[in-house]
Amino acid sequence: MSETVSAAQLVARCRDGDQEAWAALVERFSRYVYAIATQGFRFREHDAEDIFQEVFAKVYERLDSLRSDEAIQPWIAQLTRRVCVDRLRAGSREETSDEAELAADPDEDAIARIDEALDVHDAMAGLPENCREILDRFFARDETYRTIGEALELPAGTIASRISRCLVKLRDELEGRKPVPAQSGGQVSV
Amino acid sequence: MSAFNEDRLAELIGALPPAPEAWVRAAQELPVARSQFDGIVARAEADAEFRRALIADLEATLAQEGYEPERPLLDALRRRFADS
Repeated sequence: MSETVSAAQLVARCRDGDQEAWAALVERFSRYVYAIATQGFRFREHDAEDIFQEVFAKVYERLDSLRSDEAIQPWIAQLTRRVCVDRLRAGSREETSDEAELAADPDEDAIARIDEALDVHDAMAGLPENCREILDRFFARDETYRTIGEALELPAGTIASRISRCLVKLRDELEGRKPVPAQSGGQVSV
Repeated sequence: MSAFNEDRLAELIGALPPAPEAWVRAAQELPVARSQFDGIVARAEADAEFRRALIADLEATLAQEGYEPERPLLDALRRRFADS
């Protein structure tokens, strides 16, 4: 399914039982939920996996209760926060520790950055596929020039300049679509 | 200077690494798991022996009955039969 389909359109299709749309919706928000759990709340992988599955189970069960399809992102953010906090509370009931107390406060700067990062990833959907691929592989997947070159059949020596050109396209895409975002921000809310 | 300089863009792209593929796949299969869930619960309500077998060893019973016990299905069934 094309990435140019909006999240709100995907929600509407999911509500009609479109399984392909559900798969696309999960794909669209999988990094977001993962980042909130691991960066915002600093959960380790094992806990983050449980949180990830629980969040998407709740999204699937409660999609009909979403008042506006446009609100899917803050709604998922809110659900993820609640699941994270519930898990922290359950953990701190089992063993009280300074670490659990410390983790109970999410890193709000990290969560604000994650929101902004989602905007950037959405904007990447408007770039040519080769740009999306190269930027994602280098910055989000931490792949080397050599790995990228082999995967995309490009000379490794051209990767740096391609990345630079793609960043310029991405910046143009972002500046053409919305006001400049704040560099740090407050809470995610519905 | 633009707020979207190269360093900032690089940081923001890197702030969303991919979730593990297996997690994503499991979540994408939720609709199938839910459909199987409804069938299994209906059968467990009608067949006491099947219900007992599920409670005794969920994964083995499902595998024996030809289901592929993926995580979302297992989690949902464990929650459903937790009070049994």
